[in-house]
Amino acid sequence: MSSGQTTPPRARKIGLDGEPTLVAPIPVGSAPPHSRAGAAARNGRSSDVSAGSPPPATSVVERMTIEGVSLAYGEKWVVREVSLPVRQGEVLALIGASGSGKTTLLRSLNRLTEITAGATRAGRIVLDGEEIEQIEVNDLRRRVSMVFQQPNPFPMSIFENVAYALREEHSAGRRRRRRSRRELEPEVIDALHRAGLYDEVAADLDHPALRLSGGQQQRLCIARALAVRPEVLLLDEPCSALDPISTATIEQLIVGLRAEVAIVIVTHNLQQAMRVADHVAFMHLGELVEYGSSAQVFDNPRAQRTRDYVGGAFG
Amino acid sequence: MASEHALPSPAATRGGRPRDSVGSWPLVDRVAYLLCWAVGIGLCAIAGVIVVFMLVKGIAYVRPILLVQSPSAGASEATSGGFLDPIVGTLLLTAIGTVIAAPLGVAMAVWLNEYARPAWLARAVESGVEMIAGTPSVVLAIFGLLVFSRPFLAFLSQTSAGGSVFGRSFLTAGAIMALLAIPLILGSTREGLAQVPAHVREASYALGKTKATTIRRVLLPSVRPHIAGGVTLGMGRIVGDTAIVVILLGATLRLEGVGGLPGLSTLRGTGGTLTSYVKYNSPAGEGNAPQKAYAAAFVLLIMVLALNALVTRITSRHTRHMR
Amino acid sequence: MGRRSSGGSRDKRAELALGALSVGVLAIIALMAVTVFAKAWPSFAHNGIKWFFPGGDVDQQLNAILGGPKDPAHYVYHLRAWPLLWGTIVTTALAVLIALVVSVLAAVFIVELAPAAVRRTIDPVVRLLAAVPSVVYGLIGILAIAPWVERTFISQQRKHSVAYVVQLTGSNLSVAVLILALMIVPIMVALVVGALQTVPRSWTEGSAALGVNRWRTMWRVSLRTARPAIVAATVLATARALGEAIMLSMVSGSRGFAANPLDGSTFLFEPVRPLAATIIDYIDGISVVPLEQTLYAMAAVLLVSCAFLSLAAWAVKQPMKRYGIRA
Repeated sequence: MSSGQTTPPRARKIGLDGEPTLVAPIPVGSAPPHSRAGAAARNGRSSDVSAGSPPPATSVVERMTIEGVSLAYGEKWVVREVSLPVRQGEVLALIGASGSGKTTLLRSLNRLTEITAGATRAGRIVLDGEEIEQIEVNDLRRRVSMVFQQPNPFPMSIFENVAYALREEHSAGRRRRRRSRRELEPEVIDALHRAGLYDEVAADLDHPALRLSGGQQQRLCIARALAVRPEVLLLDEPCSALDPISTATIEQLIVGLRAEVAIVIVTHNLQQAMRVADHVAFMHLGELVEYGSSAQVFDNPRAQRTRDYVGGAFG
Repeated sequence: MASEHALPSPAATRGGRPRDSVGSWPLVDRVAYLLCWAVGIGLCAIAGVIVVFMLVKGIAYVRPILLVQSPSAGASEATSGGFLDPIVGTLLLTAIGTVIAAPLGVAMAVWLNEYARPAWLARAVESGVEMIAGTPSVVLAIFGLLVFSRPFLAFLSQTSAGGSVFGRSFLTAGAIMALLAIPLILGSTREGLAQVPAHVREASYALGKTKATTIRRVLLPSVRPHIAGGVTLGMGRIVGDTAIVVILLGATLRLEGVGGLPGLSTLRGTGGTLTSYVKYNSPAGEGNAPQKAYAAAFVLLIMVLALNALVTRITSRHTRHMR
Repeated sequence: MGRRSSGGSRDKRAELALGALSVGVLAIIALMAVTVFAKAWPSFAHNGIKWFFPGGDVDQQLNAILGGPKDPAHYVYHLRAWPLLWGTIVTTALAVLIALVVSVLAAVFIVELAPAAVRRTIDPVVRLLAAVPSVVYGLIGILAIAPWVERTFISQQRKHSVAYVVQLTGSNLSVAVLILALMIVPIMVALVVGALQTVPRSWTEGSAALGVNRWRTMWRVSLRTARPAIVAATVLATARALGEAIMLSMVSGSRGFAANPLDGSTFLFEPVRPLAATIIDYIDGISVVPLEQTLYAMAAVLLVSCAFLSLAAWAVKQPMKRYGIRA
């Protein structure tokens, strides 16, 4: 942006329908020729199609609402009053430097932060109208699934890994049904298809999962997470331990999955965020600095800090 | 940071603990959860009962005079005489066993960790030690009896009039007791040696020290806590054993010395320890003086628990120091 | 350098000395195995395979051996040791089974379910239970527990039902099994807890993130991963149980009787005498040659059993390596 512009006010509280309540003035004639500016900059919605950003899904439904959430470990607040929408039909990327609180925020979405002693939460997180505090925690985690940074398949066969959560299904307080392999097989195969792994492992589903390659293991973890048909899928830097080819495969996968499940991905790789995300939330030192469509945040960031981060001034 | 309003402190915000979801688990899981709790608390309860029970009996039956009087022979045993001899026996036997076991255990640990050549021999020694550790003390005891009944080892014990070597004495029992302690000392020392980082050894070699000197001056001092811990564990094991005492010490009530020399005669003679004394006075033995048995058992328990507490102190002090 | 070479030879001497010492201890075990089997041979030779079979009253047979003629040509060896073997098997198997269940549950409690304060207490508790000498367990058993069992469970009716074969007292199988189980639980708990604590957090966290509750995560992931350690713990515990002599000789009934499961619940209250306890009970007669050899035969059986256990444990651990369960 050219100098002489007024510093755009920081978007702190945003309307939960995604429209920024404060819109930065668009500098006249400053849009770079190849950018996704223009229409995208005028309204915050990612209704544009341009090279590099994913084509929009046809319908977008809000699944989860993060309202004024703050998180602390011990005496230190690591996430401060963040509010964000999580929608099915789009990918939300949380970006920011190390220590920005993005992973902690992600983990609070399926109450995984409770596993650590001394974790505190303030604020509300709502899943389909219910506060997640009120939902039984294991039920919640079946509806909000997570894939971790390091692939962590269990020391079992591929089939058993994907069927793992399926075998645990029960209705509140009642018995689990012992489900036979034949009964589970269609669901397992379907999950493997959706994770883009089926063709590679169809020959032997009893192959030990730990003998797969890194990229395959991560896709197995995705299949495992998808098997129970969650409403939201959380991805914590899923490709950071993988080679470029596996990364590309998984990124394609993520974009393809948006339609059926709401996706939140934490990534420190800006190019990856550009490739897969529809909306981007930039966090810094626990605060939400900017939220907007991918095109807007990357090409026309409103906040100085966003501009610095996206421009590579710090990482 | 502009316009950053302070958030209340986390401690203030922390509400109640997050609800444990056990209530909504399937029935089988809830039963398992309860069983785990029951077992956990149950073990604590059993330990508590044992301690309290022995405490009660001990307070009831232990009189200081028991600790300083020898067992008296004869019909009035149940009401007179103490267990000084068994106490001395326990101490003596433990000392002998430890004195034999400690150097052997440490030496073997050093050899296994620092040399271990040829490799097949090292593995054989390791397996051998494991075998000893796994052998019942009864078997070790009668093995000892066989070995020490050989004429050429008669000097370790006494020879009866008919010429057959008795084979039972403090020396012979102590030797076999050492076999109980060696695996513990060896294991503990080896653990310690393995934890010494390579650069410590390399630094010593770089200064021109030989391996032997390095071991003696650098490594062994640094694993002193481990050696001490292992030795204390071994002592605990020796103090608590009965089978070897019954078989190899003669299990006599009093220390019966052999031969003329004052110290040596005790060592070559038979005796008993607190463990054999307890057995003797229990309904399963000939003495059948339950009160004495409880008193002796109480003293024995105190000894063993003290040794165990010592081990804990040694190892915890060491780990704190290492941090 | 002159000093280096003399240092080098000092090193050599040290190595040889230490090595010789270590090998020396190895020699002791070899010697032990050889002498035990050599001494045991006559007993096996005279009885053949029937040594292991049932056939009459074992105690009578042992006393006959003890009191037999001193003339080597007429030594009495006759023994049908099955009741002793059965006593050993039943006592050990039941005790290990109980201890296994208790230890696994206790380990899960310690690692996952116990609040911090309780966890801090249960650690010394387990150590205390391990430290109590077996003779103290035996004393409490024979003076406190056996009488209670006799009062509560052994009615006149029960006594009558087997009076023609054996006398029932408070010292019997049930007390022996319970106390033996208590003695081996600490060993197993320590090993299983150690194994559970090394299960990678990524697996337990991953399981939790899939909505699987804490118990099921333990069951399906942690305990499964710890299976080799549980096997090792069971083997160690079985060897310990096999070798327990003193406590058992005090509470198990000291009667060479083959407890009969067909007696229903009375089975639990029948006396037994496991092998190790038998050795202890008859040790005073060891100067009698045939009895000495018979006792060595029993020791040989114990030795072989312990060796066999180690082999079995090693064999069981192998297939688990396939799925990445680290042993």
